[in-house]
Amino acid sequence: MIPRKQVEDERSNGMIGKILGGLNSTLRKLLFHVISSRPIPEHIAFILDGNRRFAKKWKLTEGAGHKAGFFALMSVLKYCYEIGVKYVTIYAFSLDNFNRRPDEVQYVMDLMQEKIEGFMNELSLINKYGIRVLFIGDLDRLYEPVRIAAEKAMEATAKNSTTYLLVCVAYTSSHEIPRSIHESCQEKSGATAIRVINGNGHTNENHGGHAMIKVVDLEKHMYMGVAPDPDILVRSSGETRLSNFLLWQTTNCLLYAPKALWPEMGFWQVVWGILEFQNNYKYLEKKKKQA
Amino acid sequence: MLSLSFFSPPPRSYLQNPIFLSTNNPRLNVFTNDPFAGVGITSPEQPLVTPAGLRRELMPKHVAVIMDGNRRWAWSRGLMPQAGYLAGAGALKVVVDLCRKWGIHVLTVFAFSSDNWLRPKVEVDFLMGLLESVLKDEVASMSRKGIRLSVIGDVSKLPQSLREFITQCENTTKNNSRFNLVIAINYSGKYDIVQACQSIARKVKDGVVEPEEINEFMINNELGTNLMPFPYPDLLIRTSGEVRVSNFFLWQLAYTELYFTDTLWPDFGEDELLRALHVFQRRVRRYGV
Repeated sequence: MIPRKQVEDERSNGMIGKILGGLNSTLRKLLFHVISSRPIPEHIAFILDGNRRFAKKWKLTEGAGHKAGFFALMSVLKYCYEIGVKYVTIYAFSLDNFNRRPDEVQYVMDLMQEKIEGFMNELSLINKYGIRVLFIGDLDRLYEPVRIAAEKAMEATAKNSTTYLLVCVAYTSSHEIPRSIHESCQEKSGATAIRVINGNGHTNENHGGHAMIKVVDLEKHMYMGVAPDPDILVRSSGETRLSNFLLWQTTNCLLYAPKALWPEMGFWQVVWGILEFQNNYKYLEKKKKQA
Repeated sequence: MLSLSFFSPPPRSYLQNPIFLSTNNPRLNVFTNDPFAGVGITSPEQPLVTPAGLRRELMPKHVAVIMDGNRRWAWSRGLMPQAGYLAGAGALKVVVDLCRKWGIHVLTVFAFSSDNWLRPKVEVDFLMGLLESVLKDEVASMSRKGIRLSVIGDVSKLPQSLREFITQCENTTKNNSRFNLVIAINYSGKYDIVQACQSIARKVKDGVVEPEEINEFMINNELGTNLMPFPYPDLLIRTSGEVRVSNFFLWQLAYTELYFTDTLWPDFGEDELLRALHVFQRRVRRYGV
């Protein structure tokens, strides 16, 4: 009787394993090539929902659900970049999530720090693929070590521009929008002051300056102003709600809610999401042009 | 620090009769001018009915509907789009009655988006005429049934006669409290937020408000839905199979359960509404926690 471990080692490391793995990769690339003959979304946003339910379903500790979610995230990112998606945004941690149990918040913060630091160890590979990482949200609300690690990661990848990974942490739209209004007001009042100081004499015009805040001003000051609006918003676990994520940016965005919990997300969900996008492409382009 | 200002208590002048629910989610602090909001007022002749299989305590307080699919309904029958709109108006009456009967407090319907001006002029003119004639026909019935009508959106671009009639209807029904029907005409979620922002900017310029005081509560109070009881929809229904929000409520949809159905709007009736409510009541709402 061959020991089970030996059989598994043989499967993963042996000749047959390598052949099957290579075949899998080739078939995947072929499928992506076929899909890419039609338009591919430029920006996909993901809400990573269902980690805790996954842990409960498989009778794991709650933390194990988040860890499994991280592996699913790596797979999904790989498929998105392989198929040609330029911007991927993920809703990693909401400001509302701070209301969860303190031990869970601590666990997630520690996990984020561990993964960001792990990411920094693979920097040469990341830079080779040209991935720029941006952390979006109220970073001051993050625990200090996580914030420092995030800022280091952003700095280290600042020169990349092939693909973008936007990680929303300590983020909600109901924080982003008032902040954008605040910054727009400050910019307008700052511009007013400058005009007065330079004494160009148009003081009457300046008094109207505050009331002239427009959509472009708000969008310029949004955290998500660094990327175009998402083409498709994917929320795992089948829940259909936005949970305060990208409310402004998902005006005409396609919503897709596969039933798979986040750790179960992978290849087929990404493919199906892109096919849904392609079915709705004409309408979405029409809306973009109108906007 | 910038982040702290968004979670500081709102200035007292912006709080109007808050109703605090047993949750620490600040979005559930409802600010309303209506002293009877949250109370299930019924007339003695028409008690609230809870359909079989639904639980009274889990009924949504505010339902929003994107009435999509009127034109497709007409085309599939070889009719002009105008026939679809007429059929849609009929479906709306049915849904209003059902929501009122079942104890839903607010129904908001997306009648005309600011994007819809790009449709053919004939259609747009027909829609404006239809809105006016439906309001004319229904205003007496609304008064009898205790329905309060409000309109949100940029009414300045509507035809003069419709604008005047809307004002008249709102005034006639403003004391009704059984049910709130909100019609979004020439509305866009972005426009709502931008006008709130401009209003706040004017207050900053006039020195009424400091920039550091700009927070979520202030925006709540400046949006078109600020005077509504339950300004945030619990449930958004979109018919015709399209799975997107299309510039309807943006800010207000933060924690709304979204329900999409392939049924076209003129075919949406009691069965479909029941199905939507069943699905809603099975959802576990966590508000981000």
